Amino acid sequence: MALSNVVETPASGFNFENVSRNVALKGLLEGGHTKAPKPMKTGTTIAGLVCKDGVVLGADTRATSGEVVADKMCAKIHYISPNMYCCGAGTAADTEKTTDLLSSNLTIFSMNSGRNPRVVMAVNILQDMLFRYRGQIGASLILGGVDCTGNHLYTVGPYGSIDNVPYLAMGSGDLAALGILEDRFKPNMELEEAKELVRDAIHSGIMSDLASGNNIDICVITKQGVDYIRPYQESEYKDKRQRRYKYRPGTTSILTEKIVPLELEVVQETVQRMDTA
Amino acid sequence: MFATQVYGDNGKMKEYHYTGPVEHRFSPYSFNGGTVLAVAGEDFAIVASDTRLSEGYSIHSRDSPKCYKLTDTTVIGCSGFHGDCLTLTKIIDARLKMYKHSNNKCMTSGAIAAMLSTILYGRRFFPYYVYNIIGGLDEEGKGAVYSFDPVGSYQRDTYKAGGSASAMLQPLLDNQIGFKNMEGVQHLPLSQEKAVQLVKDVFISAAERDVYTGDALRICIITKEGIKEETVPLRKD
Repeated sequence: MALSNVVETPASGFNFENVSRNVALKGLLEGGHTKAPKPMKTGTTIAGLVCKDGVVLGADTRATSGEVVADKMCAKIHYISPNMYCCGAGTAADTEKTTDLLSSNLTIFSMNSGRNPRVVMAVNILQDMLFRYRGQIGASLILGGVDCTGNHLYTVGPYGSIDNVPYLAMGSGDLAALGILEDRFKPNMELEEAKELVRDAIHSGIMSDLASGNNIDICVITKQGVDYIRPYQESEYKDKRQRRYKYRPGTTSILTEKIVPLELEVVQETVQRMDTA
Repeated sequence: MFATQVYGDNGKMKEYHYTGPVEHRFSPYSFNGGTVLAVAGEDFAIVASDTRLSEGYSIHSRDSPKCYKLTDTTVIGCSGFHGDCLTLTKIIDARLKMYKHSNNKCMTSGAIAAMLSTILYGRRFFPYYVYNIIGGLDEEGKGAVYSFDPVGSYQRDTYKAGGSASAMLQPLLDNQIGFKNMEGVQHLPLSQEKAVQLVKDVFISAAERDVYTGDALRICIITKEGIKEETVPLRKD
């Protein structure tokens, strides 16, 4: 049976093709005394809430690799469809690829059926895929969107669990953010108040959690359209270094120099005008 | 969300991917983060540390400096496991008092360094999880820096970084103070103002990229006039 949203029907049952490959790779690497590469995690604070006019999603922008900050301005709010965006916490590659795959599948569905996808459909596809991989894909996602049935906010866990909630926070800074949300959330909030609340929730996650930090991104989804504000608030800590650290040319010593001339012969010359209108 | 596959093949608990570190069995040590740095000049020494105390992904305190004043001419910076840092500094203080009462004079920086080495090696088989750096003035009034490993190996240096961001700071100091890997640059001796500026800049950079370093920077400048302390704010996120 051909599904309207996927190019290839996934094989039934659990797919463990890569397990034996991973074990073999690990043996190869550990045998040669090299460590297997550690995946980069986002170590994040993400939050979302449903307000009167739509859905507001927020995220910090720090990606850590162990205890080192790998990326100070990484984008954690991913595009799914014109009416849906998804925040991702967990392993960075997993969240990016999962959301990319979901987005492609939903585009195919839109073209096949001529409709905008609904949020429940996206959530079911995500749940299907994550459960099939039994938690090996480390992606905790907050999916928010507006469709013909209303404004929705869902969370999908790495093992495939879902929850439909009015407000939510995920990631390593989730407890700090949830504290703020629990205190000030009211149903049917105004848009500006909702944006401030999400911003405050992410800010508390940034200050309390070492793995979250830097700037705050906000994404507002309404019936009229999407407002992706990146960054909504820049980090207040600017570079205040006192000395200049520029090097004069010639500071790096040149040990040897080898010049190899390329023998080129002009065989044919054509000119093609570019349309610069 | 409940995890069903929590135990791995060998019976030990598996780590969660998306939360912070999980304790498998009781470990007497814990890592509380922090970075220390010491620079020795012609007639001064600087010992600097950040003031963040953390554990896992949380912050215990934003105002816990890691420089401790030992005598009028010596400051020690300790980072690593905070419990051992506190005990070690208490022991050093007691030994300094004992020395003063027996010998009727203060311990010199070199003597403190030698004593610390024996104290640390005394616990060779259950070490103090502390990275120490002593900064001070020697008998001739010149700046001295002594850097240690957790079991007592030490040497005298011109500059040294220790703690969680040490791997980020040490190469920068090698280049700016030691003039390593540079051609045709004048080897000017380090002045006190330039050294303080360099220390502040270097910690600002460390706070950008190391999650355990931040909040504030405490600088202790040791000259023959005494010890001056300065506090500079750093990133709090």
